[in-house]
Amino acid sequence: MSEDGMDNTTGQEIATSGGTTTELQPGQHPPADVAHHLRRTDSDPRAQARAVRQVAAMFMLSAVMVVLFIVAFVAIPRDAVVSLPYIGPIGALNAAMGITFGLAIFLIGAGAVHWAKKLMTDVEVVEERHPMKSPAEDTALVADIYEVGKEESAFAKYPIIRRTLIGAMALVPIPFVVSLRDLWLQPADVTTPSAELKTTLWRPGTRLVTDITYQPIKAEEVPVGGLVNAVPADLVEVEEEEGNLNARAKAAVIVVRMTPEEIQSQQAPDGENWDYEGLLCFSKICTHVGCPISLYQQRTHLLLCPCHQSMFDLADSANVVFGPAYRRMPQLPITVDDEGYLVAVSDFAEPVGPSFWEVNKS
Amino acid sequence: MSTEQLSGIERTGAGAATYVDERVGSNSWLSRNLNKVFPDHWSFMLGEIALYSFIVVLLSGVYLTLFFKPSMVEVIYDGPYVPLKGVKMSEAYDSALAISFEVRGGLLMRQIHHWSALFFTVAIAVHMFRVFFTGAFRKPRELNWVVGVTLAATALLAGFSGYSLPDDLLSGTGLRIAEGIVLSVPIVGTWASFLLFGGEFPSTDFISRLYGIHILLIPGIILALVTVHLMMVWTQKHTQFPGPARTNNNVVGYPLMPVYMAKAGGFFFLVFGLITMIAGIVQINPIWIFGPYTPDQVSAGTQPDWYIGWLDGALRLMPPVEWSIFGYTLSLNVLVPAAIIPGLVFTAAAIYPWLEAWATGDKREHHLLERPRNAPTRTALGVMAITFYTVLWIAGGNDIIAVGFDLSINFMIWLLRISLIALPAIAFWLTRRICLSLQRRDREKLLHGRETGRILRLPHGEFIEVHAPLNDTERAVIEAKPDSKPIPIPPETDSSGVRNPKYRSGRVRARLSRFFYGDTIEKPTADQIGHADEHLSDDVEFEKPLLEREAAATVVHDGSVLHKPSLGEDGHPSEAPDSGDGR
Repeated sequence: MSEDGMDNTTGQEIATSGGTTTELQPGQHPPADVAHHLRRTDSDPRAQARAVRQVAAMFMLSAVMVVLFIVAFVAIPRDAVVSLPYIGPIGALNAAMGITFGLAIFLIGAGAVHWAKKLMTDVEVVEERHPMKSPAEDTALVADIYEVGKEESAFAKYPIIRRTLIGAMALVPIPFVVSLRDLWLQPADVTTPSAELKTTLWRPGTRLVTDITYQPIKAEEVPVGGLVNAVPADLVEVEEEEGNLNARAKAAVIVVRMTPEEIQSQQAPDGENWDYEGLLCFSKICTHVGCPISLYQQRTHLLLCPCHQSMFDLADSANVVFGPAYRRMPQLPITVDDEGYLVAVSDFAEPVGPSFWEVNKS
Repeated sequence: MSTEQLSGIERTGAGAATYVDERVGSNSWLSRNLNKVFPDHWSFMLGEIALYSFIVVLLSGVYLTLFFKPSMVEVIYDGPYVPLKGVKMSEAYDSALAISFEVRGGLLMRQIHHWSALFFTVAIAVHMFRVFFTGAFRKPRELNWVVGVTLAATALLAGFSGYSLPDDLLSGTGLRIAEGIVLSVPIVGTWASFLLFGGEFPSTDFISRLYGIHILLIPGIILALVTVHLMMVWTQKHTQFPGPARTNNNVVGYPLMPVYMAKAGGFFFLVFGLITMIAGIVQINPIWIFGPYTPDQVSAGTQPDWYIGWLDGALRLMPPVEWSIFGYTLSLNVLVPAAIIPGLVFTAAAIYPWLEAWATGDKREHHLLERPRNAPTRTALGVMAITFYTVLWIAGGNDIIAVGFDLSINFMIWLLRISLIALPAIAFWLTRRICLSLQRRDREKLLHGRETGRILRLPHGEFIEVHAPLNDTERAVIEAKPDSKPIPIPPETDSSGVRNPKYRSGRVRARLSRFFYGDTIEKPTADQIGHADEHLSDDVEFEKPLLEREAAATVVHDGSVLHKPSLGEDGHPSEAPDSGDGR
């Protein structure tokens, strides 16, 4: 039986767009009972001929565009630049290929749609719907088959088979999950991820070097109000050895200088100072979700994270003054060595980077 | 049509069809489906755009895999892009630069890939709005709605995973944020992050892992879901808007063969061609400007692709809240915006069809779409959700806005925090009022006809506006409004005083139902409409001579001078306004 009910419609007399009556072809749907307006292409043979020419022209133009694409591909040098109105200078090869290839594709579509709109029928037809629900006898039959199957398999009869199967099926994915364990090849000297996250490359006496030229920093080279991006002196060596950027992702710091009177508080315990003559060093990695920060407003001593706009007051222990970050930016205790270069006194006292479950567990 | 009339090529085709049919019985299926009727409406093309841009994503993506090297091994750049010469970078970034500068057509394909991904996500979002606001998700299409919501979420993952592959500074920063979010997961966060990245961030495994996910896992899932999505549309037949001859039990439109095939097939080429032209002239994601990723650098004003913007905005708006539980840390400032809010948004969207069906007690099949105004509460909830989303999305660019309008970041954040709570509520209320007003106007139209904007002066001096009867389409559309009444509260006890066990849930349901339908403007009864029609035709009869008289009195321009045609004794024009030879 036909789902679309076309059996019922075969052979019916219906009115077509031309106003004449014809027989429905087998498989044709009856026209809908709606107002239908003739198009020019329906009544005027010249308009029809014109539409045919337009469609064919679009298809032909598409083929021309393919030829032009190949010409562009071969002829235009990779570094040629062309200036387009409203867009400005852009790569000529890319633009030429995009336009020719794009038009080659677009014109096929334009031709097809124009063809459908002007030349194919525009008589709306009706197709009946049927409820999604299956007929009751089918549903009953399914229930019967199920019952028979249940009986024949004795699935209900032996609960022990059922239960052990369910148990086995529940456990069988476990090897797959377990075998994901070595997604992290844990080095022998690392106990837990959180322990790894809590240490950085900074050791007592590690020199601070600038982060691009890797030059050690003399205290007097940093002016009051200035900011220097720095990394540990052994970073490059460690990166070479480990072949990754992990150490950098934790050890990056900024050094700022203010007059000692400007400093309201530091993260050092009472009676200690972690600055060196107004030079303060903080982690560069935001405690929110880890973006590196170096937007510093010298006048207010505010450090602003460009990603989510957390603000930290560097003159006041780098406490959060605004934004989504909760923990302050950890301070690195610094001093100078015999040659007057800035060095770390120790590692950070607080974990750097984003918070995690074990961040405050010692 | 007999075989003799077929051309050579058609005979080959028929032969192939027979060959396949003898093996899989395909002709029976084709006989039922080749002339399937599809209703026409511009908004039905939104889903098509999503489908077609996905195909374009797949095609251009396959091309990119031929050149892209998903490796984090460090190399020194030695390509034609001078500013980066000698810079250390990952092989992934190096090969992405080679695709952009050395491979002819590589940049075009990269831009086609990126643009079509943007088209894909935008089309999904707008298509979802269409389906929601017209009630197309109602029975029997709830399951397909869930498939759609899952597709939307998967599309976000597809976009984000692709955006993160080139290993430029922008994509690496996105990954760093993703790592921060994983770290915030309670109990297993650090382990999950180490397993994902193969150790600490960034390590050297992630790009190749993400590559497999981006080119195999996620597209596989999308492809499977799209297939299910389309099969369901096919089986259930497309919904249609109300109109003349359209009922809940039919489909009015064009048959697949040939009209819909040509239109939909042609539309694929239109979408593909348009994306390609845009990719040729509009630059997207110029990775060479950002430089290679390094975890200690970032550029100010960085923006994610649009579909991630709302999550970034949520991260920005969330106040700093961190809980300590027995010494362990729960970073709600990250967890809420990055995991809980999107989780709630997608869950609420997915279960909405059942919530509404329960609240309204509606168990019927719906194939006629509902006009948004006729479901004021649903429409208002949708606009509320979009407003919530939009505020978060704007927050994702708050720094750019603050710079552009010379505002302080603090002010922007507070403004948006307040907006996030207040604007959705206002939007809900306002939308609902607008919908109800539109319902009232529809009622007016049924009872008094359409306002023509034409003012008539009656002989005794009164001015009236001429009302015209509605045309068939207008009438069919307005009359399709369902008569939805709130469910009454069930009795607390039955006649013999036994407590009704369903009283409590029934009361909740009655309240929800009143929330949905309580204020609905009643549709006039058939009787009232009949009277109105009579009245209107009387009016038309009455106004006819007046209108004629007025038409005659209208100043006409006959080519050189303006004049009024003279009126006859009976008030009718003595001659038709002539065409210019009456001088």
